[in-house]
Amino acid sequence: MSAAIEAHELTRRFGRFTAVDAISFDVQPGEVFGFLGANGAGKTTAIKMLIGLLAPTSGTARVAGFDVVTQADEVRRRIGYMSQRFSLYEDLTVRENVTLYGGIYGLSDADIRTRGDALLAGLRLGHAADTRVAALPLGWKQKLAFSVALLHRPAIVFLDEPTGGVDPITRRQFWEMIYAAAAGGTTVFVTTHYLDEAEYCDRVSIMVDGRIAALGTPEALKRESGAATLDELFVRLARPAAAAQG
Amino acid sequence: MSAAASPLVVDGVGKRFGETVALDGVSFELRPAELFGLVGPDGGGKTTLFRILTTLLVPDTGRATVLGLDVVRDLWAIRTRVGYMPGRFSLYPDLSVAENLSFFASVFGTSVEEGYATIAPIYGQIEPFRDRRAGALSGGMKQKLALSCALVHRPDILFLDEPTTGVDAVSRREFWDLLDTLRATGLPIVVATPYMDEAGRCDRVALMQQGRVLAIDAPAAIGARFPRPLLAVRVRDRYGALQALRALPHAASVFPFGEELHYSDTRTAPAPAALAAEVRDYLRGRGFADAEVAPTQPGIEDAFMALMGAPPGAAA
Repeated sequence: MSAAIEAHELTRRFGRFTAVDAISFDVQPGEVFGFLGANGAGKTTAIKMLIGLLAPTSGTARVAGFDVVTQADEVRRRIGYMSQRFSLYEDLTVRENVTLYGGIYGLSDADIRTRGDALLAGLRLGHAADTRVAALPLGWKQKLAFSVALLHRPAIVFLDEPTGGVDPITRRQFWEMIYAAAAGGTTVFVTTHYLDEAEYCDRVSIMVDGRIAALGTPEALKRESGAATLDELFVRLARPAAAAQG
Repeated sequence: MSAAASPLVVDGVGKRFGETVALDGVSFELRPAELFGLVGPDGGGKTTLFRILTTLLVPDTGRATVLGLDVVRDLWAIRTRVGYMPGRFSLYPDLSVAENLSFFASVFGTSVEEGYATIAPIYGQIEPFRDRRAGALSGGMKQKLALSCALVHRPDILFLDEPTTGVDAVSRREFWDLLDTLRATGLPIVVATPYMDEAGRCDRVALMQQGRVLAIDAPAAIGARFPRPLLAVRVRDRYGALQALRALPHAASVFPFGEELHYSDTRTAPAPAALAAEVRDYLRGRGFADAEVAPTQPGIEDAFMALMGAPPGAAA
């Protein structure tokens, strides 16, 4: 079976600034991969290239077996995406959001109905189907957004800081949803500023100044670096870069 | 205590927006020169409270005084004396670093020169970039500029609404180092954060959830409020072990905690060490051969999650 994500020397420059500097890595199907880095390290630029929104300056990437440049439409059909900033339409109801996203991904009306019912039942949100998303607590919004991102059964789901500002119990419930999706074969590519959450990933990479400064399982990274926690390793790697920036 | 002695008194403050209860009878008093944290998730009421304390909203019930001044009656006197850094990026992106700072100084009828000694520890770090547009700054530098702008009129109390949200772990630490520097000057500071690990850097914290204060205490004392013995479980298959532990008849709570699982038991009778041995044997018997279990000290996040489930009023 081929890798879910394969990046080879992936590079993006903006003028003279190299935001992503020849990064190479693979993510295996069903893996939970934590994509870490300080603000400005190049994470968002890398994700935009992987989901086909931004062309690389050089290098290649294949997602779900398709080239992100020449087969971007095939890639988009096979991925889900959610972020803290943009996930659902606040003025639409829960059910309307499900229907809208199902339609965008080309599901049949029957599929939208059955999968939507299963989604709401799984979240125990059936009672809130006609509630405007704006009226839901943040934790519910984020859990709903994650479920909606999985509605078309993508091979890979990209989660950009999915748990920011969420209470500690909901944060953990969210991660159990991630585990469940991964156990079902979905590949999960996730960014977070909570380093305790990085410990929940199968493997993590830490980006510093456009490059991947560390990559491996949390256990191996700690063992090889002698750091007690990923938080300690992260600060050790990222602090010199932050200091140089001012 | 007299109003003059406490820089901030919040007494039974409540606020509704339609059906939504944003603040439900919140009370606390700041001690002089204290660094006080409002810790909790979004929707806890932190921003509403800041808006009331900075006289931008009027409370429905209760009262509050800032520097001995009433937030409803004395709003104009309060506004010149508080520094406020709102949660959203509050600078003018098309103005330079230096222009933003001059603008905020002029709004308060002062100048950057007059306020320079106050802001020097922070502004000094971004002054080399004084001609850069604020919109082109990195996240950590924007934060430092926003803090400089909130301080340039030399306020007598500082309110910071989630200054570190969305900021990486390195910049967050640097920001808290700056707050230590400010606290040392005697400036009372109230800072809101959703990050439980930052609570440990405050003198005292109020844990907030859905408009209520769950607990107010020194960070170490909050952890001690955890009501049961707590065990740390180390095991390779965390997700499998999590589900196995939840099936235990006496399980009170089972949560992932970084590289560990935290388990608490409804029984208080077994000594923690005996409980740890029992849980370890159970896991090993269920096929988790590498399971290690040991008693551990509850932290703020453990306490917060235990308090979240408690009925109103039972926790305080």
